[in-house]
Amino acid sequence: MRLEIQDLRASVDGTPILDGVTLAINTGETHALMGPNGSGKSTLANVLLGHPDYVVTGGKVLLDGENILDEPTDVRARRGLFLAFQYPVEVSGITIGKFLKRATELKYTENERVNLSKYVADLRKNMDFLQIDQEFINRYLNEGFSGGEKKRMEILQMLMIEPKFAILDETDSGLDIDALKIVAKGVNELQGDSFGSLIITHYQRILDYIRPQFVHILYRGRIVTSGGSELVEKLELKGYDWIKEQYEMEVQHEHANAVD
Amino acid sequence: MSTQTPSIEIEDYKHGFSDPDRSVFKTRKGLDEDVVRAISDLKGEPEWMKTFRLRALKTFYKKSMPNWGADLSNVNFDDIYYYAKPEGEQQRNWDDVPDDIKKTFDRIGVPEAERKFLAGVGAQYDSEVVYHNIRADLEQQGVIFCDPETAVREHPDLVREYFGTVIPFGDNKLAALNSAVWSGGSFVYVPKGVEVDIPLQAYFRINLESFGQFERTLIIADEGSFVHYIEGCTAPVYATDSLHSAVVEIIAKPGARVRYSTIQNWSGDIYNLVTKRAIAYEDATVEWVDGNIGSKRTMKYPSIYLMGEGAHGEVLSIAFSGKGQEQDTGGKVVHLADNTTSVITSKSISKGGGIASYRGLVKVEKGVRNVKSRVVCDALILDDQSQSNTYPYMEIDSDDVSVEHEARVSQISEDQLFYLMSRGMSEEEASAMIVNGFLDPLVKQLPMEYAVELNRLIELEMEGSVG
Repeated sequence: MRLEIQDLRASVDGTPILDGVTLAINTGETHALMGPNGSGKSTLANVLLGHPDYVVTGGKVLLDGENILDEPTDVRARRGLFLAFQYPVEVSGITIGKFLKRATELKYTENERVNLSKYVADLRKNMDFLQIDQEFINRYLNEGFSGGEKKRMEILQMLMIEPKFAILDETDSGLDIDALKIVAKGVNELQGDSFGSLIITHYQRILDYIRPQFVHILYRGRIVTSGGSELVEKLELKGYDWIKEQYEMEVQHEHANAVD
Repeated sequence: MSTQTPSIEIEDYKHGFSDPDRSVFKTRKGLDEDVVRAISDLKGEPEWMKTFRLRALKTFYKKSMPNWGADLSNVNFDDIYYYAKPEGEQQRNWDDVPDDIKKTFDRIGVPEAERKFLAGVGAQYDSEVVYHNIRADLEQQGVIFCDPETAVREHPDLVREYFGTVIPFGDNKLAALNSAVWSGGSFVYVPKGVEVDIPLQAYFRINLESFGQFERTLIIADEGSFVHYIEGCTAPVYATDSLHSAVVEIIAKPGARVRYSTIQNWSGDIYNLVTKRAIAYEDATVEWVDGNIGSKRTMKYPSIYLMGEGAHGEVLSIAFSGKGQEQDTGGKVVHLADNTTSVITSKSISKGGGIASYRGLVKVEKGVRNVKSRVVCDALILDDQSQSNTYPYMEIDSDDVSVEHEARVSQISEDQLFYLMSRGMSEEEASAMIVNGFLDPLVKQLPMEYAVELNRLIELEMEGSVG
């Protein structure tokens, strides 16, 4: 499968944030999207899943050639998109066990039934794998979880749902090194021919554990450069300042042109 | 983000069907002394009960309607039938209940529930109890579970000792009305030390149009006993309004525990104006679980008087107020003895222009020591047209008291919906999940079968709520 973002533009409260993002991900590929704060990374993640606060003002998002921008969030999810949230919300009264069972069921078409014993076995196996205590099955969704527990729960959901494309929105932020390794382990577990991922991050740290083939740098709402892991090393050495220096003029110039 | 689904209207109410009027006796519309006498005569009551009714009627005329809660301006006491006797006599076997009536209770699922998980059932159809039965072993232990008419005949001493003592007819206009025209209901007596292991249930069905149902329930739990009593109620959907005005009195003797659960699912044309009160003696516990889903207007504040040291009271109130509905509910606890504790928890949901109001009182009498009380009110408002109000009254006349009060009003947040939808759930399913989650801590305290029923009702109410 192929997820293709074409000249995507979006704004929040009337302020343009994405300014023509173009990017294609195939299953079997791992992409990293890096960029300084405020460059539009989280906006891209939210727009891909259709958060109502973000208004798409141009461009397309194609899933195997079909534009999904008119589809509601749940349809996008059932077609194979997954977002690991930067700040997962708390939902009281819904247990992890019940929630994940429903989310797992939704992978199947109407004629298939989820096999309950297989579901329970998979859930327990994945919880062990991510070092999540089994008692979390009966806890309410994200309620009272620490930052690290929330992030691991996102990865657990990803493992259970087995999406075609996962977008991880700064899943590494706020994690200590042990938690980071667990999260990376979860993502690597799904790596394969039928899974593609977009790892959104500010820091290179997580990319020591999840190796991307493609690295893109987002700056002021557009991808200003793409490459391989050498880009990550460059960022590690020089920080984001060189991006600003190198691309500020270009972006400003084009903005000026656009106004004309 | 919008899903086009038909909005929920009255026809989605599952129990809105009606049977033809086959009542064998009906008082004329409206209320006066003759109507009250006719009811009493038909029941062949002793003089003391007839006198009680007639005095109550006088009080009913004198008292004014409560004007501080739900809008009752359209209640017309002259346009109501106060008594209707359905065909047939009271039976202990469903096969002996007239066909129409049996089918109605079958559709509602009462006989099935009885077979599966109840220790005894009373089923009332309009004014009379048409079916009553209790497990033989409980009867052998001396548990009494019958309609109050039977109790008046067979256990007059018990009835005279307690009837109208917890809620005197002068308490309020609607209690006076019930006392004048009461018919049907339940009488429960649990002897010392007897624990009724699975619930007793009474089921109330209104079939007639423009009708008033006035059942009367008296529960006496003797020392150290336990009973869980459940009531359910439904009615057909008509174009005119009906009235349901019950009185429920509970006496929990020292060390007894009584739990009273209600799943009220009246149709949208019922005024549901009910007075419920319990007295708890030393170390007794009374719990009201009060779920209000249906009706046009409900005013109901189950209350507990903690009379003995160490007594404990709990009120769990769940209200769902949809289009055209006003649920004015809550609870009341009065601490009259030392070392008494109470908890009032209220969860309300309003949508489609519905109004849900919590109204409650915690009162501590002068000089009473070491009292603990906690009141938690959570309201969830699903749209801009709907409303939630909180009226938590406190009258504390003692220093040795710990009272906590928390109130929260919330809306389903866009971020919560987005989160659930990003895992593949439709907007409608996600909303229902959040609402059920909001209620979950309370629903968990219901017996399993009722928790499932309540969840199902909420899901039904939530259908088409997204547009």
